[in-house]
Amino acid sequence: MLQRTSALLGLCLLAPLGAQAYTAYVSSEKDNTITVVDGERLEIKKTVEVGARPRGIALSKDNRALYVCTSDEDHIEVLDLASLEVTHNLPSGPDPELLVLGPQGRFLYVANEDDNMVTVVDVEDRSKVTEIQVGVEPEGMGVSPDGKWLVNTSETTNMAHFIDIAKHEVVANVLVDQRPRVAQFTPDSQQVWVSSEIGGTVSVIDVATKEKIKVIEFAIPGMRRELIQPVGIRITDDGSRAFVALGPAARVAVVDTKTFAVEKYLLVGQRVWNLDFSPDQSRMFTTNGVSNDMSVIDMEKLKVLKTIPVGRLPWGVVVAP
Amino acid sequence: MPAVKPSPRGAVAPLPTLVLATLLSLSALASTSWAETLEVRIGLISREPQEYIPLSSLEIPIENDGLEGAMQGVRDNNTTGRFTGQAFSISPVALEGDDASGALRKLHAEGLRLFLVSLPAEALLALADLPEARDSLIFNIGAPDDPLRTQDCRANVLHTAPSRAMLADALAQYLAWKRWQKWFLVVGPHPGDQAYAAALKRAAKRFGAKIVEEKAWTFEAGASRTDSGHFNEQQLANSFTQVDDYDILVVADEADEFGEYLNYRTYRPRPIGGTQGLIPAAWSGVMEQWGATQFQRRFRDETGRLMTPLDYAAWLAVRSIGEAATRTQSADAQVLRDYILSPDFELAAFKGVPLSFRDWNGQVRQPILLSEPRVLVSVSPQQGFLHQFSVLDTLGYDRGETQCGRD
Repeated sequence: MLQRTSALLGLCLLAPLGAQAYTAYVSSEKDNTITVVDGERLEIKKTVEVGARPRGIALSKDNRALYVCTSDEDHIEVLDLASLEVTHNLPSGPDPELLVLGPQGRFLYVANEDDNMVTVVDVEDRSKVTEIQVGVEPEGMGVSPDGKWLVNTSETTNMAHFIDIAKHEVVANVLVDQRPRVAQFTPDSQQVWVSSEIGGTVSVIDVATKEKIKVIEFAIPGMRRELIQPVGIRITDDGSRAFVALGPAARVAVVDTKTFAVEKYLLVGQRVWNLDFSPDQSRMFTTNGVSNDMSVIDMEKLKVLKTIPVGRLPWGVVVAP
Repeated sequence: MPAVKPSPRGAVAPLPTLVLATLLSLSALASTSWAETLEVRIGLISREPQEYIPLSSLEIPIENDGLEGAMQGVRDNNTTGRFTGQAFSISPVALEGDDASGALRKLHAEGLRLFLVSLPAEALLALADLPEARDSLIFNIGAPDDPLRTQDCRANVLHTAPSRAMLADALAQYLAWKRWQKWFLVVGPHPGDQAYAAALKRAAKRFGAKIVEEKAWTFEAGASRTDSGHFNEQQLANSFTQVDDYDILVVADEADEFGEYLNYRTYRPRPIGGTQGLIPAAWSGVMEQWGATQFQRRFRDETGRLMTPLDYAAWLAVRSIGEAATRTQSADAQVLRDYILSPDFELAAFKGVPLSFRDWNGQVRQPILLSEPRVLVSVSPQQGFLHQFSVLDTLGYDRGETQCGRD
């Protein structure tokens, strides 16, 4: 053990960029914890207690802190990833649910589910910059890699709201299917993919025209259509594949981003919601809300490697190098 | 940067400036551009509630039952409406007498064509048959009567309230899953109780249960209120329920007069379900799944109370109008009706599956909650009950079982 650690340490010192060590962080809505998982060994390193109802989580630009939406505390907690202690809180507006960090790393964009608002938070000044009014039950937050667009989804209004980041203004609204959950941009910033949990679809929206270019449907033999409830979306760095978590269908769909065809359905835990890749994109981690665990997927073989039990009602997952 | 200010909570109509400001910056939503806001006005006709004292001192008398649900629907629709150029409003009329027709005529003359109605079946049908109602669309939010869904259908009436058959089927499916198949049916004295009992009997047949005993409740209950009154209830219920063995007592007491007094007081140690005990309903304050937490919280913050099934039916009706108006860009009753009954219509309503309307009788398809006073017990349809079209159609009268939609 000691040997291995020092060997690893040596490796890190020699080649810090090539280091494989990474960590997955999982928020558990019911247990009020963040579970820290060694991404390589797939072992739980620590379970950290945070405020009430942690849901959306995001990494700081330098990967040294984790921003945690503690929804029932009405603020964001900042978890220092070295000490694994909450160092301070950020204002967020009521009931923060999901958040995304802007490309500069200074502004956090937070969906306030109870308040029909997106709150912009300055993580340096620790202050609220502004609020942007959106639809009922704001949820999904996606920021375009080119830094121009923020897309927020509103669950009861059924829209993807395009917010001009420079102006902090809603400039376009695209109707999608029922209960939109997650908005994810493609790496080239040209498309945003929006999942509709109750509609059972993913809408692919062209960013330039703000029009839907494709509505992807899912079909699993022998499964009722109503059980297919898309939530989390992740797109590979090369832009070739999208992974869509299908909720109670307990599957992750693998979608070809050129043809929009579903290549495969991967069987994971029950009520799979959110996803994240390992830094080298060799693995994917999913949160399974009903089976209270996390599935780890081998991206090359497209097979589930392992299931790791985490806290109750696991919600969000992010992986840090 | 011009800050967009939030509209005040509880405002029925949005601030006009806000609508305009948003409209100016709208480009993507649709091919249409709005010269002005499209007004969608909805009437709500109900009876002034009678003085009602809840059975339990734990329950606070409910004010504006139904109306508050409709208002929540209007608030939700208007938030969307800010982006689509639509403004929704509700005009409530609480009748002191019986002149529902006069109320509808008056609202019709003011230009309203969309109505939520919370009235008994007969009064509802009388409204639907008015000449003024021909170009209108009525949502039945209150009447659970099965004949409205099987023989007395009207093309201009949609039902967001579940039928008694749907409630009874939801309970029966759960009891089938539990294999509590021998029922002791206790029926109250009112016509609604008889109708509820009839739905339970039909459900028993459909889902393999047997009513092994049926008794009519004919006593006055409520002596618990007086000192030592509990002893009276205890003895009465004990002797009343001395019957041959059964699995569950199912009770039909819609007026909430005596059913509660059977619980824990039966001769045999058996549970209770139906209008009391394990209750099938479209909505309950205990519900927190599928995003309902936010929905319930929003409602409670606004009203200071829990959402009732009638509120939920009203909310469903207003949201159905809103959803159809958003997708069709119309406020025309006929256009909305056609869209709502089309296969394209889907509504997310905090029940984990999309709701839609049965095209043969205008009944909304929805899961039914089974709850006890503090927690949710289950949600029907139960797993394993299959249907060739939608499992939600295992609840209530299916296409082949009604005379409706055949003309």
